[in-house]
Amino acid sequence: MMASSYSAKDEDGHITVTGPGGAALRSKKPENTAFKQQRLPAWQPILTAGTVLPAFFIIGLIFIPIGIGLFVTSNNIREFEIDYTGVDESSPCFNCSQNFSWNSTQPCTCSIPFSLEQSYENNVFMYYGLSNFYQNHRRYVKSRDDSQLNGHLGSLKPSKECEPYAKHENKPIAPCGAIANSMFNDTLELFYNDPNGTKILIPLRATGIAWWTDKHVKFGNPGDGLNLTAEFQGTTKPVNWRKPVYELDSDPLNNGFINEDFIVWMRTAALPTFRKLYRIISRKDNMVPTLLRGNYTLEVVYNYPVRSFEGRKRMILSTISWMGGKNPFLGIAYITVGSVCFFLGVVLLLIHHKYGNRNNSADISN
Amino acid sequence: MEQLHWVRHRCRTLLAGNPEGGWHSAPDDLPNKSFLNAHCSLHRVRGKRRSVFARHGPHRQEYDTFSKSYKGNAIRTTKYRLLTFIPMNLFQQFHRAANLYFLFLALLNWVPAVEAFQKEITMIPLLVVLAVIAIKDALEDYRRYLFDRKVNNNVARVFCGKQKAYNDQCWKDVRVGDFVRLSCNEIIPADMLLLYSSDPRGVCYIETANLDGETNLKQRQVVSDLPLQGEEFTPESFPSRIECENPNNDLSRFRGYMEHPSGVRVGLHNSNLLLRSCTIRNTETVVGIVVYAGHETKAMMNNSGPRYKRSQLEKRLNTDILWCVVLLIIMCLTSAVGHGLWLKNLKDPVFGVNTDTSPALAGFYVFWTMIIVLQVLIPISLYVSIEIVKLGQIYFIHNDLDLYNEQLDSRIQCRALNITEDLGQIQYLFSDKTGTLTENKMVFCRCSIYGVEYPHVENARRLEVYEAEKNKAADHSVTLRSGCSAKSRSCRSLSCNRSSVSLHTLTADSEEEDEQLSNQIQARTSAFCSRMAKEVVPDPELVRKLNWFSSPLNEASSGTPSSLELAYITDFFLALTICNSVVVSSPSQPRHVVPEARTPLKSLEEIKLMFQRFSFPPFSALSTFSPPQIRGSPRNFTSRLFTRGKTGSFSPTANNATDGSEPGRDNDMDTPKLRCILDFSAPGEGGNAAQVEDDIKKDDIKDAKTSPDGPRQEVEVDSDSDVDDELLYEAESPDEAALVHAARAYRCTLRGRSPESLLVDLPGIGSLAVQLLHILPFDSNRKRMSVVVRHPLTGQVVVYTKGADSVIMDLAETSKGAEQAQEFHSHIKDQSQKHLDSYAREGLRTLCIAKKALEEEEYEAWLKRHLLAESSIENREELLLDSAQRLETNLTLLGTTGIVDRLQEDVPETIEALQRAGIKVWVLTGDKQETAINIAYACKLLRPNDRLLTANCGSKDACAAFLKELKLEVQCGQDGLTEAPAAGAHGESSSGSVSSFILVIDGQTLDWALQEELKRDFLELSSRCKAVLCCRSTPLQKSEVVRLIRDQLGVMTLAVGDGANDVSMIQMADVGIGISGQEGMQAVMSSDFAISRFKHLSKLLLVHGHWCYSRLANMILYFFYKNVMYVNLLFWYQFVCGFSGSVMTNSWVLILFNLIFTSVPPLIYGILDQDMPAETLKGVPELYQAAQTSKIYVPHMFWITVLDAFYQSLVCFFIPYFALTGSDVGILSFGSPINASALFIILLHQVLESHTLTWIHGLVLLLSGGSYFGFVLLFSVSCVTCSPPTNPLGVETLQMSQPLFYIICAVTTFTALLPRMLFRAVYSTVHRTAALKSSHVEKVESENYRKRMQRWNLSHHRVNRLPVCANNPGLEPSTLHTQTHTDRQRAV
Repeated sequence: MMASSYSAKDEDGHITVTGPGGAALRSKKPENTAFKQQRLPAWQPILTAGTVLPAFFIIGLIFIPIGIGLFVTSNNIREFEIDYTGVDESSPCFNCSQNFSWNSTQPCTCSIPFSLEQSYENNVFMYYGLSNFYQNHRRYVKSRDDSQLNGHLGSLKPSKECEPYAKHENKPIAPCGAIANSMFNDTLELFYNDPNGTKILIPLRATGIAWWTDKHVKFGNPGDGLNLTAEFQGTTKPVNWRKPVYELDSDPLNNGFINEDFIVWMRTAALPTFRKLYRIISRKDNMVPTLLRGNYTLEVVYNYPVRSFEGRKRMILSTISWMGGKNPFLGIAYITVGSVCFFLGVVLLLIHHKYGNRNNSADISN
Repeated sequence: MEQLHWVRHRCRTLLAGNPEGGWHSAPDDLPNKSFLNAHCSLHRVRGKRRSVFARHGPHRQEYDTFSKSYKGNAIRTTKYRLLTFIPMNLFQQFHRAANLYFLFLALLNWVPAVEAFQKEITMIPLLVVLAVIAIKDALEDYRRYLFDRKVNNNVARVFCGKQKAYNDQCWKDVRVGDFVRLSCNEIIPADMLLLYSSDPRGVCYIETANLDGETNLKQRQVVSDLPLQGEEFTPESFPSRIECENPNNDLSRFRGYMEHPSGVRVGLHNSNLLLRSCTIRNTETVVGIVVYAGHETKAMMNNSGPRYKRSQLEKRLNTDILWCVVLLIIMCLTSAVGHGLWLKNLKDPVFGVNTDTSPALAGFYVFWTMIIVLQVLIPISLYVSIEIVKLGQIYFIHNDLDLYNEQLDSRIQCRALNITEDLGQIQYLFSDKTGTLTENKMVFCRCSIYGVEYPHVENARRLEVYEAEKNKAADHSVTLRSGCSAKSRSCRSLSCNRSSVSLHTLTADSEEEDEQLSNQIQARTSAFCSRMAKEVVPDPELVRKLNWFSSPLNEASSGTPSSLELAYITDFFLALTICNSVVVSSPSQPRHVVPEARTPLKSLEEIKLMFQRFSFPPFSALSTFSPPQIRGSPRNFTSRLFTRGKTGSFSPTANNATDGSEPGRDNDMDTPKLRCILDFSAPGEGGNAAQVEDDIKKDDIKDAKTSPDGPRQEVEVDSDSDVDDELLYEAESPDEAALVHAARAYRCTLRGRSPESLLVDLPGIGSLAVQLLHILPFDSNRKRMSVVVRHPLTGQVVVYTKGADSVIMDLAETSKGAEQAQEFHSHIKDQSQKHLDSYAREGLRTLCIAKKALEEEEYEAWLKRHLLAESSIENREELLLDSAQRLETNLTLLGTTGIVDRLQEDVPETIEALQRAGIKVWVLTGDKQETAINIAYACKLLRPNDRLLTANCGSKDACAAFLKELKLEVQCGQDGLTEAPAAGAHGESSSGSVSSFILVIDGQTLDWALQEELKRDFLELSSRCKAVLCCRSTPLQKSEVVRLIRDQLGVMTLAVGDGANDVSMIQMADVGIGISGQEGMQAVMSSDFAISRFKHLSKLLLVHGHWCYSRLANMILYFFYKNVMYVNLLFWYQFVCGFSGSVMTNSWVLILFNLIFTSVPPLIYGILDQDMPAETLKGVPELYQAAQTSKIYVPHMFWITVLDAFYQSLVCFFIPYFALTGSDVGILSFGSPINASALFIILLHQVLESHTLTWIHGLVLLLSGGSYFGFVLLFSVSCVTCSPPTNPLGVETLQMSQPLFYIICAVTTFTALLPRMLFRAVYSTVHRTAALKSSHVEKVESENYRKRMQRWNLSHHRVNRLPVCANNPGLEPSTLHTQTHTDRQRAV
């Protein structure tokens, strides 16, 4: 690689010696260029207290306001979280959590009352949260068939990665794989308990919760997506599912593989404690807050077992800001780092004062 | 010309090629060694012989049976064949442990239970590396193949039996037993026995430049007693059988015999053999029979493999890689155990996939998965990167203007490409003296004959003048430069391409080579480019004496020399003229090109005139050699001289005076001429008419009368005549050339040479043919050479011997003859010894000239045994040695010579700089102790207040005792010093106030000191001394010393030398440096770096060595940092994913992160970084010590780096973790800010670590960052269903559209880099960075230096006025010499 440049080294080409045959011979004198003589103009970043000091102050000055901003933003986010796993006997969902079977035809429901101290102004995002659920397990993450999910049923042959959830009763599973098989299937409904005592169902929007690219590019139903029942002929539903994939929703644009609940579930979470967007409570008009403060009831159709692995299920209501959900950490981190910088700046100033001057004087004396 | 091209190429590729060896040829299979140890192999008796019959001769049947097993002349140097390339190459590559490791990983990924990534992805790094290297190998091999084809298809004229004529045949079709006819300038296709030469004397000349780089001609002789000389050789009737030894690689030996049908056996030896790839010169046609062909030729068997040296840094690197392996295993074990425990605690998870595997087994699987996931921790790209970086470093070293020699037009040659950083760690430097510290341009300086010294004051003065004008002259004289440069060029082409290993090959392009080759012929015009060597100003006194007889005007002048003295003088000069192996050539010969346009060519008219004037029969035997410029001259002078000698005051034993008056058989050539005609002008100068001669005569007579300007005029005359003559002397050693030139200055000119005779011009006599009976060539055991001639004037058989003073003095006859004679001889000996001592003290090289006259019977007796020795096959060398030793006894000492060898420029400064850099400089020389000490003073190795410890012991016991004594003394001395003893050890004596010890040890004592029992004492003593001088050391001792120091002290050693005697030392040392000087190319061929001047060492070591070391060390540390930092991110993730081995990054990004996104900046860093500017490093050599003691790349630096990497990865992982925990972040979205911050951290970390940043750095950093973002963005847009398990679609685009991403990246990057930034700032403020310090020191230093220089100049001037030192230009006169001398004596 470098060797190729050897051929081009005699570019100056002044002829010093003439051979007997009259052949011109170029001098082998190396070219006197800044590059070849390693004299390229260079910036020498010698970090000293004197040079670093301003940088530290400046960074401190930048970070602390950012941190405060982040902290304030995070604090302004309304977030309400309720655990409905039903671990305690007192919990309304205790019974449902106790006797569980994937195939029970009788849905177990429980309702959890709660109250919001503050009203939620903007769009409210409703999440379900799972804990101790290792969606990031290596084998679990792999256990899917993107090609199938994209609408290529692949002559009914799911990818080998889906094993052992690739086939059931000699029929390919659609959607195959462990991720799909373990899809979250609780149904959550939210009621506002009017002070009058009436329960008002709060409308939950089930679309717009998945990424646009996922819904429109990555996931797709086989065929034209009009007659899903026919398209999914020859496949079987995942073992744990109660209904096949083409019955997830009545809306044909939210059914089959492009069902957004399904899409959201299929985007595996990075950490064992995670939340996933379930519904959006859109703000209807600007005058009324989305969720008034007051008492609410969460109606849960309890299907999803987590107690076997000591998991937890939560329902989260949250508004979001430009920086995402509520998380004070970044604000604190920025403030801390900024303060540390400031402090170090001061220390460096002292060091610079103590040593830097001596250098200068020494230089001057020479 | 065309042929020259490819032979040069072929040699090059042959040298580069290593047909058998793989990538890593074992270091012990250096064939060079076996070549070196030729002496040892001599004793090995080969059991088998080969018989060769003529292919088309009468012995058809025998030919068929015998020659079947002999190899044909086709050669194949390629490693691979077309079909087998891929398997062979893969096989070769998988000899590398790293490749095997990655193959193992790739295979591991195919195990389903363990599989971490897609199967293809783990193969990528391996495939990339394999492909790069395979392509490189293929190109190399293809080139080799092309050369082979060219060589094999080359045409030679081979005798064809059917047509009874020589037909053109390809080289590859030449078989053993073929007769090949070659013409002048053709290249020999195979090893052939010379059977016929068009030269009437049956000799031919070959040039072995293609083999060993020596451009002087070697004479080859037709097998003796072949009767066919003179007429065309008839191959079809060649009846003889040739028996010779089996093919071997000894270039200097060939033994065998030729058996004629009559049963007579004729001995064959090296001088009958024409070696493949040599070139026929000066001979019209030769015919030979092929005895070895193809791969069995000596040239091919001498193919040495590439040099493979492992650098010290690489060894360290390997231990750290082992640590990385340990780290990897720890991390994998942690994961395995963690996964097992996690799985054990897990009860029936809904997300479980293979819940039926037991936790232990799952843990086991995870262990292997993690090995795949964390594979990046073992830096696969590091080895490749190091090779690329070294290539870059070599490129810059090669292009350094400061290492370019303007005069020779030669750059530094880097031959070993993988030890650049070793240059930065040298602790011991072993230097040869002659040619390394000195110019090795020998100039005759003084001589002493008959016990009378001739100081040659004018000559010395002229040398000084020359010194001053040297630079100017160098610029002016185009001739000089062209000759030299072409030579050096040819040398380079020979030597530069032996390394074909792995990535390093710098295959020089062929065009350049072509150009070099086109100048081959020119290169030979002057073996020694020094005009100085040719110009010697004769000593007026000696001239007067020499011409005393021929000039009647001088008769009356004072100081009439005795006739005996005159005889001595004449013999002395005759010896100088003929006792050598110098080859004479003149421009009239085809191979020589007149280098200077101004050379006046003699007109035909003049030559005719000359012949008319002197009706002298041309010297027939030499007519092919020199133009007919022979002239008659009076014999009167000589006859008178020798008559007088006989009737002198006393008769000096069996000396030349016995039959002196008899004119001998040459008498008929005697043309009567007036005695008064003084043939003073340059002899053989055909253009001179009598009138001119007269003029010159007058001039010279005037000159002789002590007119001070005289000699100077003479110089002009002399130099003119030199140019006119254009006689070129090609000598094997510069000493010889210097002596011949010196003799020539006294009108004793060697005009021509043939195997049987020498043509010599003598003053007042004219041309004489001296019958040459034998040459006993120089060897290092005898330390002398002799010629046996029939004296042209007396007809006696005379032996002239020239050799080292120690040897000759012992051999000189002591007591024989009359008491008077004895006294007289001892007087001469004493005087000569005195002169020798004084020469040596002045740093001159001394030689003694002696003679011995033989009685006929004595000679006959010797001759018989000598011939016996010559024709024997076994033990020939020993027998010849014995024979020579028998002859060289009872010599009569004629005189001694002193030859000056000037120091190269800037040697003292270089040595001082090296010593200040903490490098211990040892000088290992074959010279005399006094000479060595003097040179050591001159080059400031010794300082006036250093204490000299001299070890000259007579026996081993004495040596042991003495070493102990010296040790005590040194200990006392060092303890007594107020300065810390470390000061001496570290060579920080720049102030000059510290007196340190210098050990001077001679060869014999060294022998004892190197023995097992005394080793330790010697080591201890020498390590306490600042410098050590080893005098009179043999090549073997040199390498022994290097080995001792290298192995026992475990230090980095460098050996520098220029001659064949330094080869073993150069090969032994960690870094071998050859100086491409006057003595062939052997040192260069075996060296790692070849420079042209000693002074280049200082920049090479102090600047390039330091840079290379610090660059590479920093780059390696950075590489480790980078890998540990990145891999740990993946490791930390295991804590949140149940140690299941999943990663938060797309596997493509993961693999390419190291391979592409962050691979180029470290390379740039490794090639371009300059931790300190070159001027500072040169100005403050002490800075070298940092690298020398491996301060940059030491274990704790490794661990600090690893710790820092841990910290950074923690920050880089956990800030995003805490920022995103509990949110709805997906795996890849989580990885996105982590990856981006890691990239920023890694790139900015490099900015922090870099000492210099140029636009190249900026560009590369930008491109690296850009390539990452470009790739991931493109990937996240386009990859719909690709990369199945972790589909990146839309992840990065979404992430990068959110402010959170940037907020996380900013705080992560800054926090990760904060400690290092802080540390650097505080450290450099508190300690002041070395650069700041050095710039400060530099100011002080330059001040000091200026003062020192002033002082030195003053003293120099003062001393220069002393006449004694004036003879020794270039050497700093040592005023304190006498003092130290007495010191030394006291020490002894």
